[in-house]
Amino acid sequence: MSVWDELVGQQEAIDVFRAASQSELASATSHDSAMTHSWLVTGPPGSGRSNLAYAFAASLLCRNGGCGTCGDCKQVAARTHPDLAMLTTERVIISIDEVRALVQSSQYSPAVSRYRVIVIEDADRMAERTSNVLLKALEEPPERTVWILCAPSEADLIPTIRSRVRSVRLRVPSVPDVAELIVTRDGVDAVTAERAARHAQSHIGMAHRLATNPDAAARREETVRLVLGIMTVREAVLAAARMIEIATDDAKAITEERDGVELEQLRRSMGIAEGDAIPSNLRSQVKGLEEQQKRRATRSLRDGLDRILVDLLSVYRDVLRLQLGVSDELINVEFESELRAAASARSSEDTLATMEAIGVARERIDANVAPALAMEALLIRASRSEVPA
Amino acid sequence: MAGKAKIAIEQLSWNNAKPAPIVLVSGAEGFLADRAIQNIREILKASDASLEVSDLDASSYAPGELLTLASPSLFGEPRLIRVSDVEKCNDEFLLEMLDYAESPDSDTTVVLRHGGGVRGKKLLDTLRSGTGGAVEIVCAELKSDNDKFDFAGNEFRLAGRKIAPSALRSLVQAFSGSGSELANACQQLIADADGDITDRTVEDYYGGRIEATAFKVVDSAVAGRLGDSLVTLRHALQSGADPVPIVATFAAKLRLMAKLYGERRGSGELAGALGAAPWQIDRARKDLSGWSETGLGNAIEVIAQTDANVKGASRDPIYALERMVNVVASYGKR
Repeated sequence: MSVWDELVGQQEAIDVFRAASQSELASATSHDSAMTHSWLVTGPPGSGRSNLAYAFAASLLCRNGGCGTCGDCKQVAARTHPDLAMLTTERVIISIDEVRALVQSSQYSPAVSRYRVIVIEDADRMAERTSNVLLKALEEPPERTVWILCAPSEADLIPTIRSRVRSVRLRVPSVPDVAELIVTRDGVDAVTAERAARHAQSHIGMAHRLATNPDAAARREETVRLVLGIMTVREAVLAAARMIEIATDDAKAITEERDGVELEQLRRSMGIAEGDAIPSNLRSQVKGLEEQQKRRATRSLRDGLDRILVDLLSVYRDVLRLQLGVSDELINVEFESELRAAASARSSEDTLATMEAIGVARERIDANVAPALAMEALLIRASRSEVPA
Repeated sequence: MAGKAKIAIEQLSWNNAKPAPIVLVSGAEGFLADRAIQNIREILKASDASLEVSDLDASSYAPGELLTLASPSLFGEPRLIRVSDVEKCNDEFLLEMLDYAESPDSDTTVVLRHGGGVRGKKLLDTLRSGTGGAVEIVCAELKSDNDKFDFAGNEFRLAGRKIAPSALRSLVQAFSGSGSELANACQQLIADADGDITDRTVEDYYGGRIEATAFKVVDSAVAGRLGDSLVTLRHALQSGADPVPIVATFAAKLRLMAKLYGERRGSGELAGALGAAPWQIDRARKDLSGWSETGLGNAIEVIAQTDANVKGASRDPIYALERMVNVVASYGKR
């Protein structure tokens, strides 16, 4: 057993990291060493960027090069290793103060292991000002510090960061690979696993959720059914409202439970019994937590909408394939007859315009446009079957 | 005041202010409070011209200040101490004021301005229970047009001026947004206009000023009245409306209209399903005349683009708004 076991379909990347962790530390003069001090892991969402980053971290911190069983490896898995620092965000962006603190801690030498490892998940969620704080630390870290950044693509980072890191690209794992992982890891039957992997378009986390959570699968099915049923503007507006509801439910399912647990923990650590009033001098703490949870809910709703947009994109991808006369490898095989009807009711230009509109909707949601409005505009565009002059 | 501590002291309205050893001026309407405090000062000044006036800020109160200002002086002149921000008072002030209320100085008038809130509740309760011979002047917010009408009428009556009821009404309408603006407008008319104030006078001074809301802009736009809606849009922007909520109002209106397009069921039945009041549904139905399905779709797409534009995607939010009004007022034709 080793830390690399659960990573699907990324053999090339694993080989690079394995070689790096086994080689000696790169000296300042040798440029051909397998090891360097700043890494960037890029790959599409769900390909396992952060998992790979933590596996690499474990192999650097572990005495046996990533055995997966020793104390070091277990501490990395629990994210409690003293020489592992990480930055991940559940909000929309990473704040500059968080990064400053991290840069400062990067100057300490490792406490127990060979290296001090710093992982930044979601490095794409840093504003440019925040990224600049990292530059110096990335370029010349202390001898035993290793930075690992994760981002969907190199283009998400500013050029001055890109030029300071060694980049490792991940592939999209194939549907059978993901399905197999889900069968072995979660014990789901092969049919469900295949469908979940296909619907999630090889996004491992998403496939896991679709395979194990029937509500999530039902919500996805409803989304697809909704978009295929839109004929009029009225239906488009009603469908948009319903999709926002779906996204909200989806987001709530993820956050609500955690919110309650966190509040309970905070009360316990402040020594307040169940049902007691919170003293006024501690109220700011609770306020702070609530504020944080609210920000997380914003991000969570956006993620929910993003999943819906990805699902919509998969539908129009299928429609376009059918229009172009390719009928194998459909993502939404379950809806084949509806997809065929949609394909014959419109031209491929319409479909492409709709896919374009999905991109626009995503940009608008990012730019803080009211989600309902962005979705309405998108679905109205989708309901139209002629390209405007 | 149900459920609160019993009020055993005299409660006055802002225009009947009279001095007492301790005067509590409570309520959220700041300019009424200012007026009441000013009245008290004038009454005291009229009874003894040597009145010594001092101001205290309860939020940055230093121990001992109150006693220093309130203790009798060599010449024994009466004094007025005006304390502001009692709703943000610090603990020292609270303690010393409670002490002082036990034995207030008879030659001193302490005016406490409390703008609402729970801070200092103990002090309020103590004063209201009758300690220290306090009176309370309640300056509740002017909410309804009726309140404002009464208020403005009172302003002119106090100044001994006559104003025609219709003139008064149009004045109140022009300043329906903020009470203090209305008060200032009344004062200006009293000071500047000669003789009785008629419709003509109000028209001369404040004619053309319309307090426009985003709803008015939307209503005239969906009815196809482009000129009206551009003018009201400008009025709304000038009287402080922000582009973002204006776009949101347009979106909400067109959304409801789109949901009703081709819908045959009655408004009572739909109200629950669409989350809108029956009158809103009837209204939106009426607004649908002249609209086509494509037009509705176009309009909503333009509104979405405008929302992005006013939130930073374009340089000129006002232009984006005008373009949106243009498209909506031509029933969605681009």
